[in-house]
Amino acid sequence: MPNAIEVNNVTMKFNMSKDKVDSIKEYFIKMCKRQLRFEEFTALQNVSVNIEKGDVFGIVGLNGSGKSTFLKVVSGILKPTEGWAKTYGTISPLIELGAGFDMDLTARENVLLNGLVLGYTKKHMKEKFDEIIEFAELQDFVDVALKNFSSGMVARLGFAVATITKPDILIVDEILSVGDFLFQQKCEERIKELMANDTTVLIVSHSIEQIERLCKHVMWLDHGNVKMLGDMKTVCDAYKSM
Amino acid sequence: MKAYLQTFTRYRHLLMDLVARDLKVKYRRSALGFLWSILNPILMALVIAVVFSQMFKFKQPYYASYYLTGALIFNFMSEATSNSLTSVISGASLIKKVYLPKYIFPLQKTVFAFVNMLFSLVAVIVMMLIDGVPFHWTMLLFPIPMIYVFVFTVGLSLLLATLNVFFRDVGHLYSVFITAWMYLTPLIYPESLLTDTRLGSFTLMSIVQFNPMYYYVTYFRRVVMDGVIPGLEVNLICAACSLFFLVLGVWAFKRKQDKFILYV
Ligand SMILES: Nc1ncnc2c1ncn2[C@@H]1O[C@H](COP(=O)(O)OP(=O)(O)OP(=O)(O)O)[C@@H](O)[C@H]1O
Ligand SMILES: [Mg+2]
Repeated sequence: MPNAIEVNNVTMKFNMSKDKVDSIKEYFIKMCKRQLRFEEFTALQNVSVNIEKGDVFGIVGLNGSGKSTFLKVVSGILKPTEGWAKTYGTISPLIELGAGFDMDLTARENVLLNGLVLGYTKKHMKEKFDEIIEFAELQDFVDVALKNFSSGMVARLGFAVATITKPDILIVDEILSVGDFLFQQKCEERIKELMANDTTVLIVSHSIEQIERLCKHVMWLDHGNVKMLGDMKTVCDAYKSM
Repeated sequence: MKAYLQTFTRYRHLLMDLVARDLKVKYRRSALGFLWSILNPILMALVIAVVFSQMFKFKQPYYASYYLTGALIFNFMSEATSNSLTSVISGASLIKKVYLPKYIFPLQKTVFAFVNMLFSLVAVIVMMLIDGVPFHWTMLLFPIPMIYVFVFTVGLSLLLATLNVFFRDVGHLYSVFITAWMYLTPLIYPESLLTDTRLGSFTLMSIVQFNPMYYYVTYFRRVVMDGVIPGLEVNLICAACSLFFLVLGVWAFKRKQDKFILYV
């Protein structure tokens, strides 16, 4: 199988200085006093991994270990400080609850906007609209502003939009855990459908059972380093007995 | 290059939708929304005409039309750049969660201002009818100066949007700057004042000749009001200014765009 995602030696550093310089005035004052400091924080350290087309790849790790940062690098939202990440094909990123949603707009308007943000056409989204609402089971809330939705409902809508047109790569960050168990089952079924269609899926989840049910390969991140990388069983067993 | 064009065509639907959204917000307020946007500049021009041509005795034929043609071009630039300035920061929630070409945001604001300018063109025509300005066929060339100023404004918008991500006080400086800029462009005073006003051995023109907006504004007036087609030299100056700022803006934006997400 050819690779769908190639990540090569990625290091991601953030500037963590407490007093960020964000005005010309401060910049000159600090420059004159020679106080322009940069405190760096390394969220990812030399991460390399190749993910095959059609693989379902899980990422586990404690809070703050760099999982979301990794997903953002892969989806092109963050540019790594060093190294590179390459993807082949269309990407649907579900990085955060309601990514690309405008909470003041209705579900109908948001489906359209979100589709456009993902690079689809208006026509395409109009055709798929009913199907999306049906999958999310939000028929009664089509013209309600999103700020009046529960977080699970927002997650449903987000997942429905992102998976309605089979993407080549689907990226899911924990959002599945907000839905109720029925919807979680439905999402897992949809993911399995996508797998059968050669979609590459990247999942971050704190539910180790979910990872065990869905994934073929797993990466364990620890303080930004790859602690372990390999097939699901080996890594999950090691992670659980940590 | 090909990849860039591909991304652009892919996201042009989003761009058009965002602009349409802005337009809806602007004209939704009342059924008279659109009418107001035409009436407002006309009334404004009449007030300014009374103040400056009656009280200050500016000798400028068709003063109200003269003012309105200049203001149309200048206000487009001023509205577009001021809105673009904060556009990347306002788009922060999207930038942080999905991949998007970030130039979409300044471009959205510039295109929106451009559409507004086209609407206001109706006001200019009405004003010219009221003033009884003779119509010339050269009027049909009005898109040329508009394209020049559009390209210039896209470049400046990209530059300002980039600066503002790193230095949040650029906006304050820019609002002062744009006021000065307005007075260094012959909008409310006649163009003849530029060569008549002496500052020692200089005329006002020796400063204003470095102002790109001066060329765009006068170009527009020449074709729309005077029935004159500007010569090759003026066209070269306009094209050079526009391209220079476009290249500068694209260069700065491209260089820094990967860092935006860390600062918004
Ligand atoms: N924009 C940012 N600026 C500064 N630091 C950041 C930024 N984004 C993430 N970090 C830091 O990078 C580290 C990794 O964050 P990340 O969100 O990737 O963790 P995570 O593994 O997804 O955690 P969780 O399980 O809680 O979702 C954290 O320590 C965080 O403070
Ligand atoms: Mg996370």
